[in-house]
Amino acid sequence: MKAAETKSKKRILYDRTLRILLWTCAGLTCALLLLVIGFIFVRGLPNISWQLLSTQPSYRNDTIGILPNLINTLCLIFGTLLIVLPLGAGAAVYLTEYATNKKVVAAIEFASETLTGIPSILYGLVGMLFFCNFLGWGSSVRAGILTMVIMVLPTIMRTTQESLKAVPQSYREASLGLGSGKWHMIRTVVLPSSMDGIITGFILAIGRIVGESAALLFTAGSASVISNSLMQTLSSSGGSLSVALYMYVSERGEIEVGFAIAAILMLLTLGINLAAKVAGKKLKK
Amino acid sequence: MEESIVLSAKDLDLYYGENQALKKINMDIPERQVTALIGPSGCGKSTFLKTLDRMNDLVQGVRIEGSVLYRGQDIYSPKLDVTWLRRQIGMVFQKPNPFPMSIYDNIAYGPRTHGIRNRKQLDEIVERSLRGAAIWEEVKDRLKKPALSLSGGQQQRICIARALAVEPDVLLMDEATSALDPISTTKIEDLISELKQTYTIVIVTHNMQQATRVSDKCAFFLLGQLVEFGDTAQLFSMPKDKRTEDYITGRFG
Repeated sequence: MKAAETKSKKRILYDRTLRILLWTCAGLTCALLLLVIGFIFVRGLPNISWQLLSTQPSYRNDTIGILPNLINTLCLIFGTLLIVLPLGAGAAVYLTEYATNKKVVAAIEFASETLTGIPSILYGLVGMLFFCNFLGWGSSVRAGILTMVIMVLPTIMRTTQESLKAVPQSYREASLGLGSGKWHMIRTVVLPSSMDGIITGFILAIGRIVGESAALLFTAGSASVISNSLMQTLSSSGGSLSVALYMYVSERGEIEVGFAIAAILMLLTLGINLAAKVAGKKLKK
Repeated sequence: MEESIVLSAKDLDLYYGENQALKKINMDIPERQVTALIGPSGCGKSTFLKTLDRMNDLVQGVRIEGSVLYRGQDIYSPKLDVTWLRRQIGMVFQKPNPFPMSIYDNIAYGPRTHGIRNRKQLDEIVERSLRGAAIWEEVKDRLKKPALSLSGGQQQRICIARALAVEPDVLLMDEATSALDPISTTKIEDLISELKQTYTIVIVTHNMQQATRVSDKCAFFLLGQLVEFGDTAQLFSMPKDKRTEDYITGRFG
């Protein structure tokens, strides 16, 4: 009797300790995140002004404006996604639904997983050597876009692939059994069921593009000038917000502007992610 | 009585890689009757069922020799359109597998695939199919609800309705009741007996009582061979082959 009692007491104690420990882990994680977000918003939001958002920097008036960087960032995000989504998702669909040589597929998967882990500055180096020097584009937003495409392609492909693999085989059988062609089956059953995973890849990609500085500094440059047309924006040097943050803080000591940009980056990412989620839900239907 | 033959296997061999899963199967499946395929696990009955609408195409490393004729056409001929074949020959699977869509969209999936877009026409097909699968009364007020919210037995009847919606000629059922409770099983068995007025049905079953209850013809498979094929009543009362007798009396399997 006694032994059983101490045993159960021990178990209760053990259970409680573990629970507290796990709670602490979760609590600390949340606290750290909130701290960073809070810190950036508290320091950054008061420094956001209409002038900062709507002008380009001027040495003559000694003012700082980040509109060109905002435009460059949006160009980079949408330009990259426009190319990388069809490419990555298409490759993933081919590899999971059509490719028959499992060994080659496994090799490609392994290679792309390795590529996801490579430091981004290597992509920057390759992008600079190929797009800027070899193709002679110089530092330009389009070189940045294509470098970003190469950089996030493995991420998009792998996440899409994993979500395609998670679609039960029985859905495919059911669809084919009703006389669907393969592409019809993929379009009507497989892709809608894996939309969540595709959206996740999309969000990860946006995160990487928005957060990238090293590779973009190499390829897209750091200029902060508003161009007259989209074509001109794409073909001329343009710093993204992250690059601008780096430049303002490290080269001009404008810490306040740095925080303002950080806050804007967070709001921007949040906005795009929310939009992606909403769009995903709509597409699923 | 002259029976017309819908599906006919001629010297059919099937290999999974090196492994021969079906050996020289010869079998004629008669129109508007229920043919049951029985046998112990791994005997090839499900594999044989899948050769009838070429679902084995999805499995890698499958090789087929011999032929299967559907109303006189060789379904393994390179000229044959598989999507056409699968429209004629519907399949109901062991585990209910409705799509993650509404009940309505599940049933309308097949017709839409084949190009029917007219809303009124689709409504009619959905109602007729659900009635055909004896589930209309249970779901008519919640056609927009997800099919996955239904019970297993209901889901399976949704799958049957979905198969009926493309107006097939033949219905294949791969152990369609093995994942269901007894009441749902009875419902589906009753349904099979009704459906054979219109359709040719081939079922695979592990349940010998089920085979005697619903089938007209019965085929006993063992180790990839068709051991015996004949009228169900006759096969169960006086089997010709010793192995059939051993199996149906429960001596192995």
